[in-house]
Amino acid sequence: MDEYKRKNIIRVVIFLAAIAMIAYGISVGEPAIVLRKAVKVCLECIGLG
Amino acid sequence: MKITREIKRKIIQVAAFGWSNPYLGNFADGRIYEGSFKQFCNPGLNCYSCPAAQFACPIGAMQAVANSPGHRLGLYAMGFVLAVGVVLGRVVCGFLCPFGLLQELLHKIPTPKFHLPNWMTYIKYGILAIFVLLLPAVLADETGIRSPAFCKYICPAGTLGGGLPILSTHPELRSLLGSIFTLKMAILIAVIIGCILVSRCFCKVMCPLGAIYGLLNKVSIYRMDVDTAKCVSCGKCASICPMDAEPYKVPNSAECIRCGRCITACPTASLTAGFKLQAKATNGIDSETAM
Repeated sequence: MDEYKRKNIIRVVIFLAAIAMIAYGISVGEPAIVLRKAVKVCLECIGLG
Repeated sequence: MKITREIKRKIIQVAAFGWSNPYLGNFADGRIYEGSFKQFCNPGLNCYSCPAAQFACPIGAMQAVANSPGHRLGLYAMGFVLAVGVVLGRVVCGFLCPFGLLQELLHKIPTPKFHLPNWMTYIKYGILAIFVLLLPAVLADETGIRSPAFCKYICPAGTLGGGLPILSTHPELRSLLGSIFTLKMAILIAVIIGCILVSRCFCKVMCPLGAIYGLLNKVSIYRMDVDTAKCVSCGKCASICPMDAEPYKVPNSAECIRCGRCITACPTASLTAGFKLQAKATNGIDSETAM
């Protein structure tokens, strides 16, 4: 298998894995967790926590 | 006036900075944007506690989920970074990252300039593994609450974009200042001095997001090729590279931020970059075999 084909397969695998991770994250409510954290001043993030 | 590749890149950087931070008016009273866009991640490093920020920082989002009960990994943010990275690689660092733009502006301050030893570029992988992936999932305080270790102990973007503006407008928070803030201020000052003296010092040494995108540079669809039939190995590309990479030897180095200065500098036009899925029909050795 030439190098380009091998790289293309790796790209597809990573991209599909990324989509699966996003879909799983959405299904378990991760965007809501991110939103709850991001709309308040994060005291730990700014060094006060 | 000719619009050079570098000017186009700067325009994109400024536009990305504005897109990431449109709520500049919030700096006046220390409010932060609370709209629904905050559930989406920014591709670059941009603290979500910055008053102007419109999106969530992907590194902060990963840790926020990892800190939550019942979660150990922030898969949503991690998937976003992987998806962006497999398409763009470190184009994000060179074009879209607000903190990257800030570092480039700092480096324009006229002082003697220095280069870092190559081994220091590996530190960011340790920071990614320990402070972003491991500690937020396992390290809990006496009450069992886990914390975002990278944001809490290291991130200078958070101190600069979130900490200082919030503290300047909320005097009641100043009573909370302690050793962690002192540590973070020391890191911020060191990073600012580092970025004045060394091109993109934070990107090279500390950025966990750059570490992920750098690993994906090896396989990203956006990549660089060298036509070895044209290349005369003069080294001009390496000498102009802000990341101390050697594009004529390793065009898809994990350090390359795709700024394109090497392409402009190449006297034989042997370097090209773009979105590529197919082999080029040239007699040169392409980046796939040069890696």
